[in-house]
Amino acid sequence: MRKLLLIIKREYLAKVRNKSFVIMTFLSPILMVGMVVLIAYLTKVNDNDHKVIAILNESNFFSNEFVATTSTSYVNFDDVSLETAKDSVASLGFYGLLYIPDEIHIEKVCDRSFFYTEDAPSTDITEKIDAVFQERLRQSRLLELGLTASEFEKVDTQFDIRTATFDGQTNVKGINEIKAFIGGGFGYLIMMFIIIYGGFVMRSVIEEKTSRIIEVIISSVKPFQLMLGKIIGTSLAGITQFGIWLVSASVLLLVAFAVFDIDPSALNTSAHLQTGMGANMAPTIPTADQTVQLYAQELFRIPWVMLIFFFLVYFLLGYLIYSSIYAAIGAAVDNETDTQQFIFPIILPLMLAIYVGFFSVFSNPHGPIAVGFSLFPLTSPIVMLMRLPGGIGEGGVPVWELVTSILLLFGTFIGIVWLAAKIYRVGILMYGKKPTYKELFKWLKYD
Amino acid sequence: MNDILVAKEVTKKYGEHTALDEVSLNIPKNSIYGLLGPNGAGKTTLIRIINQITYPDKGEVYFDGEALQNHHVAQIGYLPEERGLYKSMKVGEQALYLAQLKGLDKAEAKKRLKFWFERLEIGDWWNKKIQELSKGMAQKIQFIVTVLHEPKLLIFDEPFSGFDPINANIIKDEILKLKEQGTSIIFSTHRMESVEELCEHIALIHRSKKVLDGKLSEIKRAYKNNIYRVGLQTANAELILSEITEKFKVSNSSYDSLENQLDFTLQLPDEKSGEVLAYLSNKANVNRFVETIPSTSEIFIRTVQSKELNA
Repeated sequence: MRKLLLIIKREYLAKVRNKSFVIMTFLSPILMVGMVVLIAYLTKVNDNDHKVIAILNESNFFSNEFVATTSTSYVNFDDVSLETAKDSVASLGFYGLLYIPDEIHIEKVCDRSFFYTEDAPSTDITEKIDAVFQERLRQSRLLELGLTASEFEKVDTQFDIRTATFDGQTNVKGINEIKAFIGGGFGYLIMMFIIIYGGFVMRSVIEEKTSRIIEVIISSVKPFQLMLGKIIGTSLAGITQFGIWLVSASVLLLVAFAVFDIDPSALNTSAHLQTGMGANMAPTIPTADQTVQLYAQELFRIPWVMLIFFFLVYFLLGYLIYSSIYAAIGAAVDNETDTQQFIFPIILPLMLAIYVGFFSVFSNPHGPIAVGFSLFPLTSPIVMLMRLPGGIGEGGVPVWELVTSILLLFGTFIGIVWLAAKIYRVGILMYGKKPTYKELFKWLKYD
Repeated sequence: MNDILVAKEVTKKYGEHTALDEVSLNIPKNSIYGLLGPNGAGKTTLIRIINQITYPDKGEVYFDGEALQNHHVAQIGYLPEERGLYKSMKVGEQALYLAQLKGLDKAEAKKRLKFWFERLEIGDWWNKKIQELSKGMAQKIQFIVTVLHEPKLLIFDEPFSGFDPINANIIKDEILKLKEQGTSIIFSTHRMESVEELCEHIALIHRSKKVLDGKLSEIKRAYKNNIYRVGLQTANAELILSEITEKFKVSNSSYDSLENQLDFTLQLPDEKSGEVLAYLSNKANVNRFVETIPSTSEIFIRTVQSKELNA
């Protein structure tokens, strides 16, 4: 135990004092915050860029459909030829010219209308124009079918089915996705941690092999102690790094937003779009405030304590499984270039878990695929965490699935660590050749 | 018990390959023991078993009278053939770490390190990293780390490979001092002549089997076969040589006519060296009459050859 602590301490200090580690630890938050600030700043600049669009309207079908917004405004040209209009748009520095010709029928008007710009127009603008034309076409077609505008208003309803669980709790649409997204965040964190710090463990093992200190050390301690100490020490360094990132990134972000005077909610582009569309087009959902409240309630109802507890369980077991495989790979090879053939098979289940999670678990958190992958031990740490925000028991993950998943994971953990320790023990004393899978299998049989 | 280490019929297999085949050894206390044999004979496997890096399939090992156990690692110092140190770790810190892994507490380890650093005149290296040191310098550190916990048994696997001659001598002297202080030492090497002068006992390992062991002086006595190298000062070498050839088996003769020096190797029938010397003195002026003691590698080759003939 004393020796294990010594090893953990050394591995931790060796990692934490490493120059590139220190640089990464302090540079990453700056880079990350820099990126966010840059994006926010650019968005702001983009929004401030006011576009003026000239309209040359020769038809009677359009009059005041184009409404100015914060980023665009419209200027009407009258009684000029198209060529003159084009020239004046260019000389006035307007963004573009929308030409609506005079035709007998609206369909033809729409068909012949053109939007002229100097370069290819931004999709924002074309979408806005498209929407106006679409709406106008719809109205005229409805009229042709014999509907009046007021009748049309009545028909044009928006409907969302209201959902509730059997015990009467009202659900909000999309909350499953939000829940899975939160779980997905945890799962993603686990994957990143495994790939980054598993790699560190592996390189540290290779370093001990290439520097030939390994035999000196294992004449004092058991190889398993060394492997365990290395994994624990490295992950503590990783947790330190994550902690520093979390704290410094949030502080930096706050400071940066204060300095650049950026409203963080401006980043939420989807909200932006919705209000822009909603104002003019379809009537907005009447109970917007209520919905927000429901979302908030749902978020509060997510069992955070349970979630964090299981995050820690799955994180710990998952990380130990994968990092011991990484340690075994490091022991089997002589240098990092030889690791490729062995690394791919361990990255594969991780990637699979993430992709299956995002594509299948999000839409159906309790479907057969989601259940299967949340039981399979190499993917369960990620996939189960995506399902867990829905709760345990009724309406959530059945208790038996959770128990089975953890038992399978724990059994695999014991098995894999045992196998990895065997490969590690033989591998660290093998020099000079690149092992094959066949040889690794043979090593398992050595005592 | 006068043996620091006893191995009884130790067998170790790696898959199909037998690395050690019923090897038994008695390594006496306070002596230098040579574990000799060509590369791949099984020496390193045996040493790894003693260090509990690997375990025998069959057979037992006793350390200082007790069955070998985990806590014995604190009483063994091991300098492996494949050796090195953490490149980016500071010398002092690294030595402290390795000493603590052997069970020393930090303060004591520090005290002893200071002593050794001064003794080998490397006191100012404490805060340097291994990668800043030359290979010879790193070897000194490696040696200190091996002996720092004052083990009862020291094991050196190919100790002088990679050491430059100056450092090799320093280390050799230190090893002899340690032996005087009561430490038992095992030397393992395939370059048999390199440790011959140091070893009191040897064991020869060949193809996973022990082929010979015992006190070096006794082994040599058993393996010498009355061969003498003779030097005569004479002007008529041809005549004398032909006379001697009639009575004895002569080989490797050479004559330097400028110096009038005749040299040859003589095989005597049995212990009659006194009579032969008297006979030679009558013929000419004898300026050399030396019994040829077989070198360890000769003994090794002869043993292996005779075993193979018998097999």
